[in-house]
Amino acid sequence: MHTSTDSTPGLLRIAVTRSEGPSPAGAVKDLKATIILSDVNFFYGDAQALFKVNIEVPRNQVTAFIGPSGCGKSTLLRCLNRLNDLIEGARIEGKILLDGMDIYGPQVDATDLRKRVGMVFQKSNPFPKPIYDNVAYGPRLQGMRNRAALDAIVEESLKDAGLWDEVKDRLHQSALGLSGGQQQRLCIARALAVKPEVLLMDEPCSALDPIATAKIEELFFTLKKDLTIVIVTHNMQQAARVSDHTGFFLMGELVEFSDTKTVFTTPRDRRTEDYVTGRFG
Amino acid sequence: MRTQLKKMMASGDLFVWASGAGLAVALMMVVGLLLLITVNGMGFFWTGDIVELTLMDGTRVMGQAAGREIIPNSVTPDSPKGKGRVRAKIGNRDLYGLDFKWVDEDTIASQSFPPNAVLLERREWGNFYGWIKAIHRGETPHAEGSDIGWNALLPLVDQANDVHARIYRIERIEIGEINAEIEQARLQIRAVEMNTPKGQTPHGPTLDRLKTAIAAAEARYSEKTDQIEKLNAQFNEYAVVMVDANGQEKQLPVGQIIRALRPNEMGTPAKTWMYLTNVWRVLADEPREANTEGGIFPAIFGTVMIVLIMSAAVVPFGVLAALYLREYAKQGIVVRLVRIAVNNLAGVPSIVFGVFGLGFFVYAVGGTIDTLFFPEALPSPTFGTGGILWASLTLALLTVPVVIVATEEGLAAVPRDYREASLGLGATKFETIWRVVLPSAVPAILTGLILAMARAAGEVAPLMLTGVVKLAPTLPVDTTWPFFHFDRKFMHLGFHIYDVGFQSPNVEAAKPMVYVTTLVLILVVVLLNLSAITLRNRLRRKYAGAAV
Repeated sequence: MHTSTDSTPGLLRIAVTRSEGPSPAGAVKDLKATIILSDVNFFYGDAQALFKVNIEVPRNQVTAFIGPSGCGKSTLLRCLNRLNDLIEGARIEGKILLDGMDIYGPQVDATDLRKRVGMVFQKSNPFPKPIYDNVAYGPRLQGMRNRAALDAIVEESLKDAGLWDEVKDRLHQSALGLSGGQQQRLCIARALAVKPEVLLMDEPCSALDPIATAKIEELFFTLKKDLTIVIVTHNMQQAARVSDHTGFFLMGELVEFSDTKTVFTTPRDRRTEDYVTGRFG
Repeated sequence: MRTQLKKMMASGDLFVWASGAGLAVALMMVVGLLLLITVNGMGFFWTGDIVELTLMDGTRVMGQAAGREIIPNSVTPDSPKGKGRVRAKIGNRDLYGLDFKWVDEDTIASQSFPPNAVLLERREWGNFYGWIKAIHRGETPHAEGSDIGWNALLPLVDQANDVHARIYRIERIEIGEINAEIEQARLQIRAVEMNTPKGQTPHGPTLDRLKTAIAAAEARYSEKTDQIEKLNAQFNEYAVVMVDANGQEKQLPVGQIIRALRPNEMGTPAKTWMYLTNVWRVLADEPREANTEGGIFPAIFGTVMIVLIMSAAVVPFGVLAALYLREYAKQGIVVRLVRIAVNNLAGVPSIVFGVFGLGFFVYAVGGTIDTLFFPEALPSPTFGTGGILWASLTLALLTVPVVIVATEEGLAAVPRDYREASLGLGATKFETIWRVVLPSAVPAILTGLILAMARAAGEVAPLMLTGVVKLAPTLPVDTTWPFFHFDRKFMHLGFHIYDVGFQSPNVEAAKPMVYVTTLVLILVVVLLNLSAITLRNRLRRKYAGAAV
C-alpha cells in the first residue's frame, strides 16, 4: 500500500500524525460541521441507494465524495439540496441538518434551501441567454431589479469564479459561445451570485481538459474561505489535490470518511485501500 | 444471376431508387399544381390585343383571343392533325348575352388587329369591344369620329372616376358614419323604452336629446343624398356611342366606364405597366358584378384577419394546455387518454367543427351575449349570428391540437439540465417554467403555430357555417367606433374561390378570377408562414443550442 502511493511521499509522513482514533464511518469532531447527516437511507422506488449514511461535513472546507459509478455519491449530493424531491418515487429516511435545521422538516421550503445550498453540475449547463443574464438569474429570482446592484453582483461573482477577465467585454453575448471550461466557471459564478453557504459540485471537471480543470481546482482554495464545498469526483487525484476530507462510498454505503490524507495513505478499510490504489473500481 | 439479384436486394439500391422515385412524383405533382395556378393566374393580368375575325358568311367577331383547341372527333385520315377552333372573349354581354364565342378555324376568312379598336371596362356587363362613334353631352354632340372621340373620352373617364370615388366616399364613409350614429341613438331610445315600467310612456331629457340627435343626423343624411344625386347627374352627363364589329350601336353613359384602352396601339412597356396596374387593382379593389370582376381585397383582408385572430386565440390555449399536460399533470392513464383524444381531435372533419362553432359560439355564447349586453337590438342579433370572431374561434378549436402536440414536444426537448440548474438556484417550478423552459420551447411553439396557420388559412367548410359571406359590405375594421367589429361578417379567399368558380352567374368569365384568387390564397399562406418562420429562426439563433 505504501508503495502504491509513492508519488506523494509527503502525504505519507503527515498521515502518521493523524490524531483521530477509530470511530464508525469516521466523523470529524474537531471542526464545527455545517451539514450533519444521521442515518440517511435513500430509495428510488423499491431500490435502496443509500444505507445508513452518517457524515459531518466541516465548515469552510472542501469535502470530496469518491467511489465507483453507481455507488450513491451523486444521490447523496442531491439529497443535500433536495433536488431528489423532483424524482417520482424517491424517498429519504434519516436526518440531514444544515446548521442545525432539518432540511426535510415540514417548515422548510425547498426553494429557500436551494438558495443556501448551491449546485454545479457535471455537464456545464448555462442557460441559452447572455452571460450577464445567466449570472443575474439567481439575484433576479430573489427580486433584485436595481441595475447597479446587479452589475456589482455579476462582476463580483464572475471575479470569484475567475472568469471576469475573459468575459468582461462580452457580457451580453450568448453564454453558449463560451468554451467548455468557461461555461463551467460561468455555472460556478451563477451559483455564487446567490450567495450560498454551501456549494455542491457534481463531478464539475469530468468533461473538461486538464488546463480548464486546473483553473477550477484553483478556485476551491479561494472559495472555501467563504463557503463549504462538497464535491463528487471520479478522479482520485483531484480528490487528493483539492479536498480536506474525503468520503469513500461503495454500493450505497459510506465505507470510510476521514481527512483526505488518511484516506489516501492509511485507510482503515481494506476496500478503501483497494480502491485508492487502483486495484479495483 | 441469382446472387446478383440477392446482392442488389441486400444493398438496398432498389429501395433507394424507389424512395427517390416517390419523392420525384410528389415534387412533380406539387410543382405542376403551382405552375398551373401561376401560369393561369398570372396570364389573367395581361391585356391581349383585340382581334377582328371576318367569317366566310361575312359576319365579324371581335374580341380578345382566349384559347384554342382541336375539335373533338375531327381527327380523320384526311386531316391527321384535326381541325382547330379558337375561343374569343367577345364581351358586350348586354348585346350578345355571352362573354365567349367559339369560332371554327375553317370558317375564318381573314383576321386583323384594327388599331383603333377600343376596350371599355365597365362597372356593369363586363367589357365592351368596339369603336367609338360619337360622344354626346345630353342630346348635343360633343365629339364625332373614332380618333376625336377617343381623345375626348379619356379625360371624361378620368373625371367620371373622380366623381365615382367621391360618391363612394360619401356613401361608404360619411353616410356610414351617420347611419351608425342613428342606429346607436335608436338603440339607446329602445333601451330607455325597455327600462320604463309598463303602462307609462317613456319621457325625460335623455330621450329628448336622443330624438334631436336623430333628427340632426337625418338632416345631415338627406344633405348627403342630395350631394350624391348631384354627383350622379354629373356622372351621366356624357354618353359615348359605340359600334360593335357588326355595326350594332350602343349608347353608354361615361359614368359606366372604368377604363378605356386601345390595346392594339399599346407597346410592350405600356402593356407591362397595364399588367402591374391590373395586379394592383385585383389586390386593392373591391369585387364587382357578383365577384366575377374587380378586386379581391376584402377577401384578402378577411383571410389575414381571421388567421391573425385565430393565432391570438390558439397560442395561449394550446400552450397552457400543453404546459399542464407535460409539466403539472400526473403522468398516468388519464393524461394518456387526454393526449390520445387531443391527437384524434386533429382528425375530426372540419365541417363538424363548423357545426360545433355554430351551435356553441354563435347560438349559445353569441345568443347569451346578445340577451345580456345588446337586448335593445333584439330580435336582430348582434353577436348571435355568424361573425369573424366566432369563425376565428372555431378555427382556433380546429387547430389547437397541432399547437398542443408541438408545444409538448418542445417542452419535452428542453434539457433536464436547464431545469435542474434553475431549481438549483432557488427557483420555484413555476419560475423555472416561465423563465427557462418556456423561452426554450418558443421555437417549437412557433412551429405549431405555423402548422396551425397553414391549416386555418385553407379551411372553408367551418367558415361557411360561422360567418363567411359572398359579399361583405364593410370590412371588419373601419373608422367608426370601436374600429374592430368582431361581430361583422367577412369575406375569405377560400370561400371566394368556391363562390366565384361555382356559384357565379357567369362561370366561364370568372375562371381566370378563380386562378387569381387561388394564387393569392397560396401567396397569403406562404407569406404568413414565412413571417412566422423568420421569427422562429431568429428566436432559434437566440436560443442556439436549445433543442427543436
